Amino acid sequence: MMKYSYVINKDDYINAGKVSSQIKKILKELNVRPDILRRMAIACYEAEINMIIHSFGGEITLVIDNKAEFIFKDIGPGIKDITLAMKPGYSTANERARELGFGAGMGLVNIKKVSDEFNIESSTKGTILTLRFDLL
Amino acid sequence: MILRDILRVLNANHIYIDDQTILDRDFICVSVTDLMSDALAMVCSAGEHTFLLTGLVNAQSIRTAEMLDINTIIYVRDKVPQQDDLNVGIELKMNLFTTSLSMYEASGLLYESGLKTATR
Repeated sequence: MMKYSYVINKDDYINAGKVSSQIKKILKELNVRPDILRRMAIACYEAEINMIIHSFGGEITLVIDNKAEFIFKDIGPGIKDITLAMKPGYSTANERARELGFGAGMGLVNIKKVSDEFNIESSTKGTILTLRFDLL
Repeated sequence: MILRDILRVLNANHIYIDDQTILDRDFICVSVTDLMSDALAMVCSAGEHTFLLTGLVNAQSIRTAEMLDINTIIYVRDKVPQQDDLNVGIELKMNLFTTSLSMYEASGLLYESGLKTATR
């Protein structure tokens, strides 16, 4: 089993996407099938950006054995209404995020679409997004 | 349609070319958007035959392309990334171009030329 962890800081727009880029390189070196790799990269990037834009910061953990599991765990403030957040086009992104091309309201929708398993739990103490990908 | 012909249709200039052979690569799909999550939602099965047409000229356009296995971006309205953002593109071996056309004009010409939208 392999495990990788990365700290994500609130509003760290300059480094947005760097962790996903590093993870993509690792997955490529592990010879993950290209179509699965692309889905994993898309999910990771969207979730990383979400964490930067919306959370107080958190951590991305990737565990790989016969499957791959991402855990995106932040320290709040939580998603007020997950059902609404899952609705295409709904966004609470701020102006800075929109300037960077985010805030389309497609982040969680995209993540769910490309993941084999998707689970999200949220409270004011934080959000935990767990994604699983079959590697075969 | 090979990239060389696409660039001619759009009267586009190069900003940075990592690999000259890209000019003779056949492109089938184009993802046209300023919203990066929209680009990420539209995944053509062949990233190497897809390019991104956008007015978003910061590093996130480049990172988004990277996640989609796209290595060619054409910016509209003569936009060019700032040096820090350009460095991200160079590091990620991107091929970057710019056209004076608007997104609307460029999209129309690409549609007429037979390019398909990047599919869901």
